[in-house]
Amino acid sequence: MEWANQLCENRQFGSKMTDSKYFTTTKKGEIFELKAELNSDKKEKKKEAVKKVIASMTVGKDVSALFPDVVNCMQTDNLELKKLVYLYLMNYAKSQPDMAIMAVNTFVKDCEDPNPLIRALAVRTMGCIRVDKITEYLCEPLRKCLKDEDPYVRKTAAVCVAKLHDINAQLVEDQGFLDTLKDLISDSNPMVVANAVAALSEIAESHPNSNLLDLNPQSINKLLTALNECTEWGQIFILDCLANYTPRDDRESQSICERVTPRLSHANSAVVLSAVKVLMKFMEMLPKDLDYYGTLLKKLAPPLVTLLSAEPELQYVALRNINLIVQKRPEILKHEMKVFFVKYNDPIYVKLEKLDIMIRLASQANIAQVLAELKEYATEVDVDFVRKAVRAIGRCAIKVEQSAERCVSTLLDLIQTKVNYVVQEAIVVIKDIFRKYPNKYESVIATLCENLDSLDEPEARAAMIWIVGEYAERIDNADELLESFLEGFHDESTQVQLQLLTAIVKLFLKKPTETQELVQQVLSLATQDSDNPDLRDRGYIYWRLLSTDPVAAKEVVLAEKPLISEETDLIEPTLLEELICHIGTLASVYHKPPSAFVEGSRGVMHKRLPARTGSGEGTESPDVGNVAGGSAPEAAPSIIPSQGDLLGDLLNLDLAPPTTTGPPPPTSGMQMGGMDLLGGGLDSLLGGDIGGSPAMGAGFGAAPAVMPASLNAPVGGGLGDLFDLGGGVGMPMGAYIPPKTVWLPAMKAKGLEISGTFARRAGVIQMELVLTNKAMSVMTDFAIQFNRNSFGLAPAGPLQVLTPLGPNQTIEVSLPLSTVGPVMKMDPLNNLQVAVKNNIDVFYFSCQYPISMLFVEDGKMERQVFLATWKDIPNDNESQFQIQDCHLNSDAASNKLQGSNIFTIAKRTVEGQDMLYMAIKLSNGIWVLAELKMQAGNPNYTISLKCRAPEVSQCVFQCYEAVLKN
Amino acid sequence: MIHSLFLVNSSGDIFLEKHWKSVVSRSVCDYFFEAQERASEPENVPPVIPTPHHYLISVLRHRIYFVAVIQSEVPPLFVIEFLHRVVDTFQDYFGVCTEAAIKDNVVVVYELLEEMLDNGFPLATESNILKELIKPPTILRTVVNTITGSTNVGEQLPTGQLSVVPWRRTGVKYTNNEAYFDVVEEIDAIIDKSGSTITAEIQGVIDACVKLTGMPDLTLSFMNPRLLDDVSFHPCVRFKRWEAERILSFIPPDGNFRLLSYHVSSQNLHPLRSASLVAIPVYVKHNITFREGSSQGRFELTLGPKQTMGKGVEAVLVSSQLPRGVLNTNLNPTQGTYTFDPVTKLLSWDVGKINPQKLPSLKGSMSLQAGASKPDENPTINIQFKIQQSALSGLKVNRLDMYGEKYKPFKGIKYMTKAGKFQVRT
Repeated sequence: MEWANQLCENRQFGSKMTDSKYFTTTKKGEIFELKAELNSDKKEKKKEAVKKVIASMTVGKDVSALFPDVVNCMQTDNLELKKLVYLYLMNYAKSQPDMAIMAVNTFVKDCEDPNPLIRALAVRTMGCIRVDKITEYLCEPLRKCLKDEDPYVRKTAAVCVAKLHDINAQLVEDQGFLDTLKDLISDSNPMVVANAVAALSEIAESHPNSNLLDLNPQSINKLLTALNECTEWGQIFILDCLANYTPRDDRESQSICERVTPRLSHANSAVVLSAVKVLMKFMEMLPKDLDYYGTLLKKLAPPLVTLLSAEPELQYVALRNINLIVQKRPEILKHEMKVFFVKYNDPIYVKLEKLDIMIRLASQANIAQVLAELKEYATEVDVDFVRKAVRAIGRCAIKVEQSAERCVSTLLDLIQTKVNYVVQEAIVVIKDIFRKYPNKYESVIATLCENLDSLDEPEARAAMIWIVGEYAERIDNADELLESFLEGFHDESTQVQLQLLTAIVKLFLKKPTETQELVQQVLSLATQDSDNPDLRDRGYIYWRLLSTDPVAAKEVVLAEKPLISEETDLIEPTLLEELICHIGTLASVYHKPPSAFVEGSRGVMHKRLPARTGSGEGTESPDVGNVAGGSAPEAAPSIIPSQGDLLGDLLNLDLAPPTTTGPPPPTSGMQMGGMDLLGGGLDSLLGGDIGGSPAMGAGFGAAPAVMPASLNAPVGGGLGDLFDLGGGVGMPMGAYIPPKTVWLPAMKAKGLEISGTFARRAGVIQMELVLTNKAMSVMTDFAIQFNRNSFGLAPAGPLQVLTPLGPNQTIEVSLPLSTVGPVMKMDPLNNLQVAVKNNIDVFYFSCQYPISMLFVEDGKMERQVFLATWKDIPNDNESQFQIQDCHLNSDAASNKLQGSNIFTIAKRTVEGQDMLYMAIKLSNGIWVLAELKMQAGNPNYTISLKCRAPEVSQCVFQCYEAVLKN
Repeated sequence: MIHSLFLVNSSGDIFLEKHWKSVVSRSVCDYFFEAQERASEPENVPPVIPTPHHYLISVLRHRIYFVAVIQSEVPPLFVIEFLHRVVDTFQDYFGVCTEAAIKDNVVVVYELLEEMLDNGFPLATESNILKELIKPPTILRTVVNTITGSTNVGEQLPTGQLSVVPWRRTGVKYTNNEAYFDVVEEIDAIIDKSGSTITAEIQGVIDACVKLTGMPDLTLSFMNPRLLDDVSFHPCVRFKRWEAERILSFIPPDGNFRLLSYHVSSQNLHPLRSASLVAIPVYVKHNITFREGSSQGRFELTLGPKQTMGKGVEAVLVSSQLPRGVLNTNLNPTQGTYTFDPVTKLLSWDVGKINPQKLPSLKGSMSLQAGASKPDENPTINIQFKIQQSALSGLKVNRLDMYGEKYKPFKGIKYMTKAGKFQVRT
């Protein structure tokens, strides 16, 4: 053996004197060889051996077999050797828990070492050994270290509490470490304060309701003092923590802003962005006429511009955030347009973001420059970028009216280049310009028509067809053009087919004499030869309309379209407010609320900007600030308390139509011309009071009765389709809808009875209410509001009760719901507290919704992902339930469940037992995985549910039961 | 916080991994590789990639991807800044940051990563402190260590870590006390076809190399501090003093550090005048044309000095990505050498110094694919240059004073202007 070591040594001296030698010993018996060296008497040899072990470990080789030998090297005065052994321990302790116990004594001893570096190192390492048995021994040394005289040890111990909490949260609470940690916020050393804040923030993330970071003016003051003196990383933690505070008044807000502003000049961009977050939030509270407000606005611009000269990755994150900031406060960067001009060697992800911001900043003052730039970009090489640049020109035209003409001529120039994808993109945006400025630029149609043949992308084809249909009266050969598209009708994408159908109907209504044949052809193609229900349904509607009442048809199909505006691509205001509170986080990069993508019901609090207080604008919903300030809502009561505080909580937004939504947003309206038919067109068809999809079902349901038999269409299937529409658009099987129950008895609500249920139709959650007036007087002015609830359900529009409700009258209303409202965990989880107002009073009730309402349509999962996720979720999170007395075979069950968005990923049959593996995705991004076992002939099924947020399992099980038994 | 770090080389192999919490399987990088495959160029891999249970945040430097894995909501800039700090540290320690250097020093790398982050929280990222904890490897030290059995790891608590000036270690001693400051400005500009400036801005930095004994307290003042209204400071700079007096007052870190970076755009240079007034040091006359139906294109390029404050323009390098249709070029430079890579279509011309009396030019023809239509895009010309002894913005240091120590230090200030992203559209 000695000989072998010698050889090894020689080889080392012969080669370069670097660590790479540790990679070269790949001979057989390597482990054996290392073992001998580790047990060598010579210190130096031991150290070399440990280094080799570490090197193997870094490249992923398994050297866990050497555990006892390495641990033996731990008792040493040599600091480097000690550190190396610690490194090894952290990596392998989990796989060798019993062995790891051997190391405990050394740790405890090291925690008493006179050298603070060793004490800190020991407590740090112990926290990294994620073995339950060891954590018990860790408590005493940790307690001492938290009170150590040396701040270096204290700050290390603070982080250790967070580590320990990650391993065993209960232990940390029982041992009172959280209180000690809170005390450290008042520590004299800024670094200790920063680490305590960081540790508490991390712990708080898994304890949304605990009041860990209790921020008050005193603690804020301490944080602000520490902010000036701690490291850059500490500054980030402290600033992020400050951002959660809501100042009492504008004066406090201003003083915090003043103390945070110097951070804008920090070299670390993360510090800068966190400071921007605090300022953007607290600025809300400052009166706009204050001088300081203007000063602050001016101070925000330079640091944001500076972020754009950093590395591209930093630029990307900065740009995503600037995108939010310019939507909230465009005045900050309105003079800085030029810094967003694209350099040709910027990475593509930077280019696209810059382009987006350029459009947001475009105004009459700078539009000439912007257009010149965009035109330049449109001749670049990168196809994606070029496309987006062309689109941007269109968006400029829509945003800045004065520029529209110039934009159109720029687009025409681009069409002249004949570069295929440029032409197609240009046509798509010109269609939008036509819609925004009708009857202004139609002179260019001829030029567009020249390019008809080169269009091969569905969107461009659809746009062109829309233009031809819309302006059929001005295009002499419109019928020929459309006919040419008709030849390959079945090869076109749905988008083009729908558009073609509408365009030809429009053409027919405009030039009925020459095009009768064409319209019949397209109607029969759409209704008889197509498998697409949307297409068939639209075909039938047109057919019936045309054959019963051509005048009405004209009114519907050629109705004036709502104008599109540039607002369509803006982020919805409430979401924007929330995102502004999350500047610098992942949420701000994805422009989604944190609850939408951070997995699990961490009970993410929705943050809101504080309200402006102080002079002048104090009237602006004064209690919103209150709500945002309460960082920890108390557990929800299961019975509704009488009025009082709930009133404030529930109704702080004044029961007028909720501020979160306006009329149905026009977003979808502009995607394709056809959409407006179903929205705008049907409005007039059905009496005008429908508004959106909710009542559509009813309208369709009634229609087939008057369908003329002369239509020659295969009425059977067709009628079925139409009826289907009432049930749920485009869904293979109806989702389970529980029967209506009485939620609010009349005697408790001064004569108003409310019963209802919940349904999910075409991806929209709906609350279906039946309001009955059992009182003697007429009821009017209905409005509805929800309390905060577990999944952020909130009305997506006002309660549509347009006519007064007379005595003994009943009305059915569908209320579309969104899931972006404020979140608070309820008990039971699916409890929903509702307030309904009418001209008489405000009434409260609570109801429970089936959680299946929240199962989203894209809940399918790849098999591999399913498998990996199943394994990844700890077994503790698994719960088992029995479903009794159910008589379905596995296919029927699977079909039934699919209707409620419970997707079967795989099926296995073992010894006559069918196992179905299923995945569900909730609207807040939680995945639930299920295994359903059913034995032929046995009416009792076993179901196992696995989920990162196990509290939902019970509700999910109830759903299964409800769906399968109905 | 930061869970794990994977280092990935340009061929897509993970050559180092480090976990600060529980071990995350390498397979998480598959999502990164997918994105890498989709990206047309290595630098186009998006910096934030979501996976079912983690987020991958990466930076690309020295052709190595540093991929951090995070699980909960962590500020992405924090992660990106930290990764850049890791790269800077490696470079500081090993001179270069390459796969080979990292593998050669794997144990030091591991020790460094362990010191830089604890459970995902940054611990020691200041180079001064790290160097006290872990000594950078040198050939001499390796030999000495091998013979005497001593180690790279410091025995003492790093003294700076807890003092009021955490960036400076105590007990610094030099025989020659010196403080050098380099004012380096990079000009980023986009010039359009006709030669007028679309945007021009200056990114400036003041890098310092301070080797002074004890605890010196320095002040640096400028002739024209008004220029600096968009600045980022090293933590050592006293912000209040700057706000009040426009003087930089600080206790410097020991050794090399970036004291200040600043940004000068057209607005703050001349509040009332337009962008074209940021001095543009060089001009380009160009004539690059393709004719429809001809297999030849014309290429003419002449460079000249513009507003250089009387200093010479040197180290000029012109590069341009020619359209794909260009097969080859036949050009004559009046000075310097030019190359054209027919595969990547990259033209580069190493000009050297610009002589105002005899302007350098590059003229000739380009051969195009026969029968192909004329290229759609116009090439952009990228120019690099240097101007010694002058800062383009006109920033000038007035004086440097030292307090708190008795000796007289040697002081020096150097100015330089470079081209950053200087692009001319044709």
